[in-house]
Amino acid sequence: MNFVQFLQYAFIQKAFIAGSFIAIICSMLGLFLVLRKMSLIGDGLSHVSFGAIAVGLFFGIYPFYIAIPIVMAASIVILKISEKTKVYGDAAIGIVSAVGIASGVILASLSKGFNVDLFSYLFGNILAISDLEVILSIVLSIIVLGVIYFYYWDLYSATFDEEYAKTTGINTSFINILLSLLTAITIVLSIKVVGIMLVSALLILPAVTSLQLAKGFKSAILISALVSLLSVFIGITLSFFLDIPSGATIVMVSALFFGLSLVYKKI
Amino acid sequence: MNTIIEVSNLTVRYGQSEAVKDVSFKIEKGDFVGLSGRNGAGKTTLIKALLGLLPAYSGVISLFGKPQKEFKDFGKIGYLPQKHSSINHLFPATVEDIVLLGLLSTKTTPKIVTRKDKQSVEEVLEKLKISKLKNKLLSELSGGQQQRVLLARAIVSKPDLLIFDEPSTALDPASRAQFFEMISGFNKNDGITVILITHDTGYIGEYANKLLYIDQKLIHFGKLSEFCPSGELEACFQKSDKHIIWHQHN
Repeated sequence: MNFVQFLQYAFIQKAFIAGSFIAIICSMLGLFLVLRKMSLIGDGLSHVSFGAIAVGLFFGIYPFYIAIPIVMAASIVILKISEKTKVYGDAAIGIVSAVGIASGVILASLSKGFNVDLFSYLFGNILAISDLEVILSIVLSIIVLGVIYFYYWDLYSATFDEEYAKTTGINTSFINILLSLLTAITIVLSIKVVGIMLVSALLILPAVTSLQLAKGFKSAILISALVSLLSVFIGITLSFFLDIPSGATIVMVSALFFGLSLVYKKI
Repeated sequence: MNTIIEVSNLTVRYGQSEAVKDVSFKIEKGDFVGLSGRNGAGKTTLIKALLGLLPAYSGVISLFGKPQKEFKDFGKIGYLPQKHSSINHLFPATVEDIVLLGLLSTKTTPKIVTRKDKQSVEEVLEKLKISKLKNKLLSELSGGQQQRVLLARAIVSKPDLLIFDEPSTALDPASRAQFFEMISGFNKNDGITVILITHDTGYIGEYANKLLYIDQKLIHFGKLSEFCPSGELEACFQKSDKHIIWHQHN
């Protein structure tokens, strides 16, 4: 089979379309999260989504419908625990993440019927993405991108210097909530691409790669998006031709780009 | 309306301890106020309370004739924080973008950067003689250059009040003198009211027309000449500093 024939498969086209949208939102949000030292929120929320997907499967509801609101709520809980209590952000992520995994394991144990389904979410498979999931990915990605565009300078200012941002009238508490909610949506969408176990890589790797090379924030966004898109395209292609898991391949390609950026910087 | 800031019986607390205690003063248009006091006296806390970064436990703050909570004209105030402490140094921000942040105070969301905004940035960079740095990253600049960039951010909205929190700590003596001259120029030539926190007590008399000295509570607010001969001076400053202040003022 040649490359042109490969591109004619409907499931490959769907994977490329949904993967492109998800790659772009991950690359943009990832930059803000990495710069705010919130990279691990991706890991924490993906673990919560494990529990949330288990809830969906347990009650026979389409898992993403349940996962999106639960993970959004969990993102606010993490934020409020770190703001209002004597618990640092990383510990708050640890707490919520553990509760997410534990609830998933308990539900899986109570209902022995859906274990295979649940564990398929751990590593994702974008090649098996459904029409509904493609539409959901496109619509939610456009919403996330629209919100980032609308609040671009507020997000920029609050990330560069939160205290100064407050003195210019920016409501930084609202911006923090907004960023958490956008991250929650992005995490749930990304699970289909790389799975629960690897979702934070999609947020972190393109962002840290771009930060090695960028000469300004706009160029960081462009580089991050490019790395993310190329990782998804190359990852899906390699996964198909080499018959290896798509999620893990996308992450390895992304990690390779990061390695190359380090080498380039040293040269 | 000539009163820029009016503070009445302000107390700011961290938990149970009072960092600022029952402080009252009034700053008029055109004043250059030196805010001084020993380490931990509550200078930065007072400034943060004025800027709304810390809540007042009790008392009233008015900015430009409005109660602080109703004050929304953020472009009227330019702020240069202490030692760039809150800045994210990994952020790949160019000098142009950083100075643009100073104009966000004049905009509502969605904040759109216009050609006029970019022109304002170019003008202020030109004024501070750092036009060449426009496309550089903050992390590529020296301490003095970084200070000028943050000064540009503070003045780009053409504020009526400038607040500086220990601006000279990252500067060598020559750069420090230049920096104080520049601030003095904003006050004398552009009529901008200035509040400057500093330990450089020797410089206070040279530039400021008023001294606000606190040690949690207010020790002195008024002309430096009224503070110099008082017993409070020796109690508050080291003997050598008293000597410098006295000479610079007489």
